Amino acid sequence: MTDYNFAYLDEQTKRMIRRALLKAVAIPGYQVPFASREMPMPYGWGTGGVQVTAACLTPEDVLKVIDQGADDTTNAVSIRAFFQRTAGVATTTQTGAASIIQTRHRIPEHPLTEGQILVYQVPIPEPLRFLEPRETETRKMHALEDYGLMHVKLYEDIARHGAIATAYAYPVKVEGRYVMDPSPIPKFDNPKLSDCPALQLFGAGREQRIYALPPWTRVVSLDFEDFPFEPSKAQHDCALCGAAGSYLDEVIVDDAGGRMFVCSDTDYCATRQAAGHRVTEAAS
Amino acid sequence: MSGERGFAGNSGRSLDEGSRAAPLLQVRGLTKRYGARLGCGDVAFDLWPGEVMGIVGESGSGKSTLLNCLAGHLAPDAGQVIFATRDRGPVDTVTLPEPERRMLGRTDWAFVHQNPRDGLRMAVTAGGNVGERLMAVGARNYGAIRTSALDWLGRVEIAADRIDDRPTAFSGGMQQRLQIARNLVTGPRLVFMDEPTGGLDVSVQARLLDLLRGLVRRMGLSAIIVTHDLAVVRLLADRLMVMKDGQVVESGLTDQVLDDPQHAYTQLLVSSVLQV
Repeated sequence: MTDYNFAYLDEQTKRMIRRALLKAVAIPGYQVPFASREMPMPYGWGTGGVQVTAACLTPEDVLKVIDQGADDTTNAVSIRAFFQRTAGVATTTQTGAASIIQTRHRIPEHPLTEGQILVYQVPIPEPLRFLEPRETETRKMHALEDYGLMHVKLYEDIARHGAIATAYAYPVKVEGRYVMDPSPIPKFDNPKLSDCPALQLFGAGREQRIYALPPWTRVVSLDFEDFPFEPSKAQHDCALCGAAGSYLDEVIVDDAGGRMFVCSDTDYCATRQAAGHRVTEAAS
Repeated sequence: MSGERGFAGNSGRSLDEGSRAAPLLQVRGLTKRYGARLGCGDVAFDLWPGEVMGIVGESGSGKSTLLNCLAGHLAPDAGQVIFATRDRGPVDTVTLPEPERRMLGRTDWAFVHQNPRDGLRMAVTAGGNVGERLMAVGARNYGAIRTSALDWLGRVEIAADRIDDRPTAFSGGMQQRLQIARNLVTGPRLVFMDEPTGGLDVSVQARLLDLLRGLVRRMGLSAIIVTHDLAVVRLLADRLMVMKDGQVVESGLTDQVLDDPQHAYTQLLVSSVLQV
């Protein structure tokens, strides 16, 4: 590769991003502004995550890219190909074998380990955004720990739906200080954020913010005493591998309303199937 | 400060009990300038617990500037606003750190805006509006928040079945009453009101005034009410300050000032009211 600098971004940009990352790690949950660059993909396709990954990649790294849990969807395939071309790093689909995992909307089912880095693509980093449109005000609210409004949102959920209806991007409090948007992961994944051995980095390209959860950080999902947080998933087992405890995608299979539930984490499902966990046609 | 006459001690009621000990709010030399123009100049007064003070004057006389400076929404250029806090005694809120001033703003203070849209969250249900201050000071029990929201909606005469409606579905008078409920739910000791009856028709105004008077008396609230409506201060206020061009031109007991105005501007103001 001579056409591009290693991992596409120039070294000065990587340095700037690494500085932001260091600050983000030092203040878990705090949104650090950074000078997001134009990337050769549209906003919303993971420009923030790509920049964070580019700043973290070394030639020895093994990269995995997930989009909604899957390794083989457009976003995942194209970002993986992007780094294969511009950085020449090895790639994998196996969670356990990867050293850097860039993800959109999911945390892998396979437990993460120390030394791994999980990079999230974040569309809107500000958890208070839809409650308070002014950025000057939300920054002040974070600075002053003025988080009553976050519970107003949950209150509204219960008042309107009888339960906390927020199912993704469920707000969390980091180490008892900053309220953070965990990116649009399903709330099923929220418990995995807490005390995770891996380093978790969040990049929002359009909004120009980076935040982070260092390994073993305490992350608590917000709730009420009488309406506690509940991670939720479809009440089924995976139709392919039979897993009972993994997050499921609902797939429409015909025009007659037929549907099946399969693991959203394709690597997890494939690994289980290879290990002999199969649901036979008769059983399903 | 010409025409300084009455002293609040005469106004009867709650001033007999213990309130002589210390004023709730002491304002000294409060000045706010907008460039060369004067917002309000060298305002000084004491507000005693349980006392309601009215500030009247024409548009542009600096009433709202003064109120916003007192409530910490605007930073005054000079002067002190000393509030008797529950735990630490008298504190100058002008120099108080922002987090503590905000904490005051959602516990011991309340601010009722003229336009309920400024004081309410229009996209949030009535219950959520009332509950916000509770949640901001740490309430985390949905049932308890809901119960006190219902209680407060009742006190401001909003039917319990409207708790899950948004303020956009409320009439102007209901919105204003909801705003009052939302502000009083944490049991504040000092309420700032900026034209609380502005923009309401007279019968709704009368009900709101009745309600306010009841709440103020029952909860022993202190209040500072800015208005240009002399009927409002006649009904609610123990004491009155008349402002013109950013200066306090006259102050004293409400009835004294209104029945026997000394300053030329006050005389004009009082005589401008249509007698029906």
